[in-house]
Amino acid sequence: MAEFNITINGKKQTLDVDPSTPLLWVLRDHLNLVGTKYGCGIAQCGACTVHFNGSAVRSCQLPISSAADNEITTIEGLSENGDHPVQQAWLEHDVPQCGYCQAGQIMSASALLKSNPSPSDAEIENAMNGNICRCGTYTRIKAAIKTASDSQIA
Amino acid sequence: MSKVKTGLGRRSFIKSVSVAGGGLVIGFNWMACKGPAEEGSKEMAMQMPDEWFELNGYLKIGDNGIVTIYSPNPEIGQNVKTSMPMIVAEELDVDWDNVVVEQAPLNTEVFTRQLAGGSQSIRQGWESLRTAGATARQMLLTAAAKELDVPVAELSVENGIIKHSGSDKTISYGEIAKAAVDVEVPEEVELKNNDSFKIIGTSRKNVDAKKIVTGKPLYGLDTYKDGMLIAMVMQPPAFGMEFKTMDAEKAKEMPGIKDIFTIDTYPEDMEKEWSDVGAFSKLVVIVGESTWQVMQARKEVKVEWDLNPELTKEVEILEKSAGMKDAAGLENTDTHYSLMAEIGSKKAEIVRKDGDPEKAFKNASRVIERSYTCPFLAHNCMEPMNFFADVSGDKAVLIGPIQTPEYAEISVNKRLGLDLENIDVQMTRMGGGFGRRLYGHFLVEAAVISEKMGAPIKLVYSREDDMTNGVYRPAYHVTYRAALDGNNKLTGFHVNAGGIPESPLFANRFPAGAIDNYLAESWTVNSNISVGAFRAPRSNFIAGAEQSFLDELAEEMGKDPIEFRLEMLKRAETEPVGEDNDYDAARYAGVLKLARDKSGWSNGNSGLSRGVSAYYCHNSYVAQILDLSVVDNKPLIDKVTCAVDCGIVVNPDAAQNMVEGGTIDGIGHALYSEMTFKDGAPQQSNYDKYRLIRHKEAPKTIDVHFVDNGIDPTGLGEPPFPPVMGALANALYKATGKRFYNQPFISEMQVELKT
Repeated sequence: MAEFNITINGKKQTLDVDPSTPLLWVLRDHLNLVGTKYGCGIAQCGACTVHFNGSAVRSCQLPISSAADNEITTIEGLSENGDHPVQQAWLEHDVPQCGYCQAGQIMSASALLKSNPSPSDAEIENAMNGNICRCGTYTRIKAAIKTASDSQIA
Repeated sequence: MSKVKTGLGRRSFIKSVSVAGGGLVIGFNWMACKGPAEEGSKEMAMQMPDEWFELNGYLKIGDNGIVTIYSPNPEIGQNVKTSMPMIVAEELDVDWDNVVVEQAPLNTEVFTRQLAGGSQSIRQGWESLRTAGATARQMLLTAAAKELDVPVAELSVENGIIKHSGSDKTISYGEIAKAAVDVEVPEEVELKNNDSFKIIGTSRKNVDAKKIVTGKPLYGLDTYKDGMLIAMVMQPPAFGMEFKTMDAEKAKEMPGIKDIFTIDTYPEDMEKEWSDVGAFSKLVVIVGESTWQVMQARKEVKVEWDLNPELTKEVEILEKSAGMKDAAGLENTDTHYSLMAEIGSKKAEIVRKDGDPEKAFKNASRVIERSYTCPFLAHNCMEPMNFFADVSGDKAVLIGPIQTPEYAEISVNKRLGLDLENIDVQMTRMGGGFGRRLYGHFLVEAAVISEKMGAPIKLVYSREDDMTNGVYRPAYHVTYRAALDGNNKLTGFHVNAGGIPESPLFANRFPAGAIDNYLAESWTVNSNISVGAFRAPRSNFIAGAEQSFLDELAEEMGKDPIEFRLEMLKRAETEPVGEDNDYDAARYAGVLKLARDKSGWSNGNSGLSRGVSAYYCHNSYVAQILDLSVVDNKPLIDKVTCAVDCGIVVNPDAAQNMVEGGTIDGIGHALYSEMTFKDGAPQQSNYDKYRLIRHKEAPKTIDVHFVDNGIDPTGLGEPPFPPVMGALANALYKATGKRFYNQPFISEMQVELKT
């Protein structure tokens, strides 16, 4: 066990956990932030995506020892009232079916739009290809990202 | 209007009045989100009423007019948590914006069939949901008539406000709910005519959408309780093996680890439910404080596995063991395919025979014969199997994802000997189901572990545990033969289908009924690999195979594939062969024509690489036309046009979502996914090797059309999934000039197209 300082959703926290513990399990088991999902544990499905200093990363592969002293944003902290343009677009397109992967999809999409506010179809597909949706909501996800990209430009 | 007996039993209408603290904001009206978000305007806070009045088990009305409707069935992503309450609200005549939806508790006295499976939630709930709403409405009207001192017949309702036609008197549901509790439950109520629906047939947003996009706890895996420990299991590495011994001394000393032991989930003397399917009964269990600690300790547990003693007598012939009477040994995929090819070429059990197929084939000028196969598949719900259990004294609380809560409760009753009324199974939203969570062994495991630990635990399967745990979609094989006479007329049809360990045959489905001489045979090969229902069981293979064969047959006969199917369906409609045809040929033809018209199909000469398919299952009809191109040996799906006849569409936008998802799911599994075995061991255990369809591979456009026929609703969760596999295979042929017979097609493409 070791002590770590970490800033999650703008809030500084101190934790005492095994240094190898992935950020995913720190969030879920220790900080009660369960919006970040466990899907595969090997960075192949994207369900655990969070923002690490603004970039989309897979929290299942990020040990707390590497995450400490950096800015982490989870789905719970993406917006104060759940009204980030990507979240609003997701509601407008009524994207989710089971919904389990959607927090990860939204975190990947919001990171994409931050770096590229008006992505092409190919750029959306490339950025989102690491996020699996087992229900098959891919076409809606793409439509929602386009809506959000428009609203960010406006 | 139609009158129906309420017939829900007095116990389902036990009246209760519960008092809750007033004035609290209980939620936001996300359901009112109909269009693009505008700053704050749509998020009207709802106030908790001071008092709730329960008029029946499906709903309660607050003194301020807010209505809580309980959604009876498990939610696996099919969106019943929105559509089932919509049906209640329709007959109740309330403003959907004033409705709060809650997951109902498991209560078999009030609700029937609290199960997610077979695409039956809406179809089988249709009348009881409407009756529940109409009954409450009638009670409210009766109470209002008394209160206003007017005849009931002079009252009408709009959005929860009761109006008197002869005066300006009005009274709201909130005001009269208390009095309605004392009204006798009517024996008969009237249901609305379809043309007066105001909620059914209009698109309403997923009631959980806001929670989903903000990451609120919704799923079983999100369950955390005070004092809760984490449990994981270790299972044998191969089917046909079992636990022998272990050395857990080192692991037990690791940080956070509470105990390591073995359990026998299903002792031999336990009477099992149909849903108690589990490949491995005896498991190693590691219990600790946190998931990561348990995962780390698990690596240090040294377990010796052995061949299941019942199987040892077969050791010498392991390679050929599958297919024996008592499945045994360690099975291999190569052996599976060779066995299926061998057995599939022989005569099998005749399930249906019309006319004289032997003669038709004997006299045929040409016989066309093709065989098709598919592999085992893992369900791969994105939320791995898990369950929370707190077994304490004579009580058990079980919380998590389960498609069969009623049966799970019985299993726990039988396994732990607890009274049914002391077992509380709570349904969480599920991160996918697809049939996997019909089989609640993980819930029973959790209960057994909690009892042993004397503590609340959450059992968590890793992705690897989940993917290698069995309950797979079986492997199937089918051979079709068609007899053509000298005039190129189809005179005989023969289907011979089987699989490991079940057959995918539906002997009475199309094209049965459309051909004079028809023969359907079925066979099975035993296996010790566990299988279960997987989205549209059996249809999920046979639809694609059959529709590929019909495509090839149409080409051999020089006919347009849609015209060919329509000719056969016309025959089945006007002059059906046999008695037991289980489809409606006119509705079948209807979706084909709709897809043809909407896709701009022109005798296949449009220059596009497009394939058509149509299928009937789960009481619904779906036709799909798929356009693709092949670039660098990779298929790019441009567009899929879908025509669906599922009767009345309760929630159109959500239904469209379901069809889009089913279409993508079908393309994905037919193209990319397979589970293979070597010496009994699953060869894929995570998404680095097991391929699921991804963003880049999804169709660019999916165009969905519903038939508007006012027929009572039928299934939708499963029907869009099977047929698209045929449309895909047929379009691949157009693009490549090669027919694809063996799923996943991508494996064959990579071999075929290199040459």
